[in-house]
Order: sequence, then structure tokens, then C-alpha cells
Amino acid sequence: MSSFEPIAIIARLTLREAFRRRLLWVLVGLTALIVVLTWWAFGRIAEASPITGAVQILGVSQVTVMLAFMFSFVLAMTAVFAGSPAIGPDIENGLLLAMLARPIRRSEVMLGRWFGLAVVLVVYALVAGYLELGAVVLATGYAPVDPLMAPLYLAGESLILLTLAIVLSTRVASVAGGAVAVVGYGLAWMAGVMGGVGEAFHNDLLRWAGILARLVLPSDVLWRGSAGALSPPDSTLGAAGVNAAIYRFSPFSGTAPGLPWLAWSIVWVVGALALGIVLLRRREL
Amino acid sequence: MASQVPSAATTTAAAGEAASAVAKSSRGEPAIETRELRKEYGRILALAGLTMTVPRGEVFGFLGPNGAGKTTAVKLLLGLSKPTAGEGRVLGAPLGDVEPRRRIGYLPELFRYQGWMSAREVLALHCELARLPRAEWEPEIRAALELVGLTDRADSRTETFSKGMQQRLGLGVALLGRPDLVVLDEPTSALDPVGRQDVRAIIGALRDRGTTVFLNSHLLTEVERVCDRVAIVDRGRVVAELSMAELTRESGVGIRVGGPDGIGREVAARYGRIRLDGEWLYVDSIAEAEVPDLVAELVARGAAIHAVVPTRHSLEERFMSLLATPPDVGDTAEPVAEAGGQLVAEPVTEAGGEPGAADGAEAAAGKGRP
Repeated sequence: MSSFEPIAIIARLTLREAFRRRLLWVLVGLTALIVVLTWWAFGRIAEASPITGAVQILGVSQVTVMLAFMFSFVLAMTAVFAGSPAIGPDIENGLLLAMLARPIRRSEVMLGRWFGLAVVLVVYALVAGYLELGAVVLATGYAPVDPLMAPLYLAGESLILLTLAIVLSTRVASVAGGAVAVVGYGLAWMAGVMGGVGEAFHNDLLRWAGILARLVLPSDVLWRGSAGALSPPDSTLGAAGVNAAIYRFSPFSGTAPGLPWLAWSIVWVVGALALGIVLLRRREL
Repeated sequence: MASQVPSAATTTAAAGEAASAVAKSSRGEPAIETRELRKEYGRILALAGLTMTVPRGEVFGFLGPNGAGKTTAVKLLLGLSKPTAGEGRVLGAPLGDVEPRRRIGYLPELFRYQGWMSAREVLALHCELARLPRAEWEPEIRAALELVGLTDRADSRTETFSKGMQQRLGLGVALLGRPDLVVLDEPTSALDPVGRQDVRAIIGALRDRGTTVFLNSHLLTEVERVCDRVAIVDRGRVVAELSMAELTRESGVGIRVGGPDGIGREVAARYGRIRLDGEWLYVDSIAEAEVPDLVAELVARGAAIHAVVPTRHSLEERFMSLLATPPDVGDTAEPVAEAGGQLVAEPVTEAGGEPGAADGAEAAAGKGRP
């Protein structure tokens, strides 16, 4: 059984490394830049056409979701780039040998790495997400359906990709593991789009393909939740002459995932970490 | 490097005793004990059946050629790898048990530490990993830095260190917290001669304070100088285990002999194992008291004696002769049997007939320490 003290030691080490290798500073700088640019760009949109009518609100919502998609992509890449070298290189260069000769288990090293990077990603996702959203609201007055939940879903999505990257890093070289995680992220997103099309047009094959893909990698479930949370209310869509049911299945919209999918996302992360621990335990150092 | 064990170590004595409370029940047990430890990597057999005992408080040399399975054995002992078969105990606990690792210091062969950290920070990290009380970190770190000669570079990032400095740091890491067992895997591979001498001094100081040192090395002269006991491993098995005292007791004599052809060999063969090198006839394993009889008999048989020089085996000679012994085929090979502390006699060989005897005269006259 793992105890939390050694996990906390490795998590703190990981956080210090992120700080010392300037990952945190880079993220802070990028966040500040993006927030300022977001505030400026949305301010110009509002100047060009006051956001009062349904069509204008719909337009701003789409740009907001696009912005969130970009942020989701940045988060996903950050998770993959931080997670894929988390274990493998430390084994290959011998760094783990000296550490594992101490009273610490491989599982604790892996969980500590995961916790440390998870803290970085979640804090980044929430701080940057809320600041960007705040800039949009401040500049345009646009009020999405559930603005508080959107960054939380994005943070969850980044944790899923971080988990995938770390699990891969127990057995696969960093570059290969990172590539697999990025491709997995892209495929999951595409499968979500196809699943949405299947829902909209009652095509069972596409719908089930989408569901299967979400079961295998539930990152798109959370992205869809975020996009849905940033969408306008149904009343606004109706006033703009848009069928809300169809709108929800567009690649840049979505619906709240619901408890079963949220529960599955948590189970998936826990299960993947357990698999990673087994893989790491069986790896020869 | 300083040649004294860190003074800070004394400040940790109380805590060390507390931490060793669990160990007290197993004080009488050897530091390391393995029985038929076997490791396979897929179809590759790395360790065929390691059986050995390392008593507490000894400096134990673990010798073998490259690929003999030394590092694999170290990994098994430290729980860094799981044996395919066999069993063992380290500091009284089964292999793989996490708790004894609080009392073990380890310098890996492949030493690498977080490049973004300073030497001081690396040591602090290992204090934390070893669960040393926070109050002891500072004196332990200071003493370790002083011991390995890195005080001036304590706050430099380790990625700026040379290999030798990194190895020194690794040695400092291994000695944190007064471990009961220190495992050093090729501890001088990146060090210059001065550094090697320092390491020898540190190992000597560790022995003086009763620490068990498991020294994995292929540098025979180094092992010979610091170890109390050695195990020689080849093809994944211990082929001999002997104390340095036993080794040095194995005396012989070198005689520069002339006279009738073959007379020297004929007579000397009755007294011990013989080797020939030009005019020199070496007789191994001969009792000191028998040497005058041998010389007298040679003279009586018409041989001309030009010189008689006592010799004794160096570890290198023993090592080479053991490795030159044809192995039994397969992994069922048994270690070379020992009889009463002496290795069973090897076949009579002539200089040049085996790798270790190519420089037989030099070995006997020079390295053989007459």
C-alpha cells in the first residue's frame, strides 16, 4: 500500500522542477498575454456591433467556444508534453535508481509525479480559464449557460490526457508516448464530432462509435461539457432561429456530460493510473 | 575529499539508533544473505543462482568480469528488480521489503541526479526520501559535502558537474544518515587516482565504525586494498568466496633453476602446483616449511639453484585463474568447490597457456609481492 508522505515528496519535487524549469513562468506569461488579447479582441467585436440581439449573442458565443477550444488544445498539449517524459527518461538515465533505493515504491513515484503535474495543470486551467472568461464577459457582457463549470471541465480534460501520457511514459519513449497521446486526443475529438452527427441524424453506427470512443478516452466528454457550458441558453438560440438540439451537436458546442460520464471519467483516470502502476512495477530498471 | 567519516554522523547516532530499532532484532543476522538467487531477462540469464553471505561490519568485494551479473545482483538486493527464483534477506528483511532501505545507502553504477538541483538540494532530497529527521538534514548535508570534497560547489547545479564530481555527489548521497549497509556499484569508475584514494579512505572509515560495505567492482587492486572478503562471480554464479586473509595465506615460491632438463618440474610437482616461465619455476600452495626440502632435493638431483623467492597470490592472479577455469556447460554449473578454506587445485598450467599466466613471471616477481 502506498502512503501519502512519499507521494507528497515526489509531488513537491515535481512542482519545484516545473517552477525551476520555468514551466510555471511560461504558463503565467502566456496566460497574461492571452487574457489581454482576449479582452482587446472581444472589446473590438463589441465596439463593431453591440452584443444585444440574439444573432450577435450567438456570434460571440461561437467565438468564445472557439477560444475555449484553442485553450483546450493548449491544455492538452501542455498535459502531454509534461506527462510523456515524467517516468521513462528518469528510468533511462538512471535517476530513478538512486531514488528507488530509498524507502519509496514505484507506485508512489508515479502517483507523486501525477499529483505534481495535475496541480500545475488544474491551477493553470482554472486561473487562465476564469480570467479569459472574465475578459469576455467584461468586454461583451455575454453570459454563457454555465461559466463556472467550463474551466472545470477543461481542467478535467487535461487530467485525462496527463494520465494517458504518464501511463504511456512507463513503457514507451517520450516522443512516441507523446505522439500517441496527441493522436488519441485528436481521434477522441473527431469521434465526438462523428458521434454528434450520429445523434443529430439518428445514425446508430456513428452514435455508438462516438460512445465507444468516449469510453476508451473520455477527453471529448469533458470538452463537450465545456463547450456546452459556454453556449448561449436555448431561449437565445430560439430567438436567433437556431434549432437548439441540432446546435448542441456541432463540433463547437455540446452538452453537460451528466453524472454517468463524469463518474466514468474518474473511474477511467483511476483505472489508467492503476494500469500505469502495474506497467511500471513490471518494468526492469 | 576528506578522509574522515563525517563528524555530523555522530549527531545522527541517536536518531540512527531509533531508526534501527526494528533492526535490532536482526542484529545477529548477516547483512546480506542470498540463496540460489536467479534472474532472467526474457531468454537471457543474467544471474544463474547467487548464493552468498555478507557478515555485518565487513567490507565485502563483489568481483567479476563485465556481464557477470554484478549489477543485476545489486539491483535484486536493493529491491530494484525482482528475482525470477531464489530468495534472500538484506538487513534481516526479505528482498524487496521497503523498510530496510531506510538503513541502506546506495551509489548506482549509472549515477545521475536532478540536473536542475544543486548538490545541496540533491542531498536534501535524499535526506527527505530516507526520512531523516529534519533537524539532521543540515549537519548531514554539510558533512557529506565536506567528505566528498564538494563544499565549494554545494550550490552549483549538478548539470554543471563533471562525471567525477557527480560520482562524488553520489557517494555523499549514499552515506547520508549513517546507513548500516552501503552498496557501492563501481564507486570509482569516474574518479581520478586521488579520488580513488579518497574513496578507499572513506571505505576504511566506514569499516571502522562497523558499517557493512558491499563493493561491486571490477578493479581488483582496489578491492584487494579495502575488502575483508570477496566473492568472485562469473556467468551469474559465485565461483569463489574467500577472505583476503585466506588469499594472502596462499603462499608459494619462485625458483630460478638450471641443470638437467625437466628435473625441476619433476621434483617440484610433488610439492605443489607448478608454473614455468623461462628459467623460473613457480610452485604454488607449498607449505613454507617444505621449501628447504624442495631446494635440497633439487640440489641433490643436480639442479643449479640461482635464486629462491617467496611469492604469494595477488587477487588478480586468483581472479584470472578462476575465470580461466573451464565452466561447466549450462546454468547448472556448480561453483568451484572450496575445501577447508582453500580452493580446489586447478590443473597444472604453463605460463602463456592461460590468459592470467601470460605475464606469470611479472605477476610472481612483481605483482606477486615476494
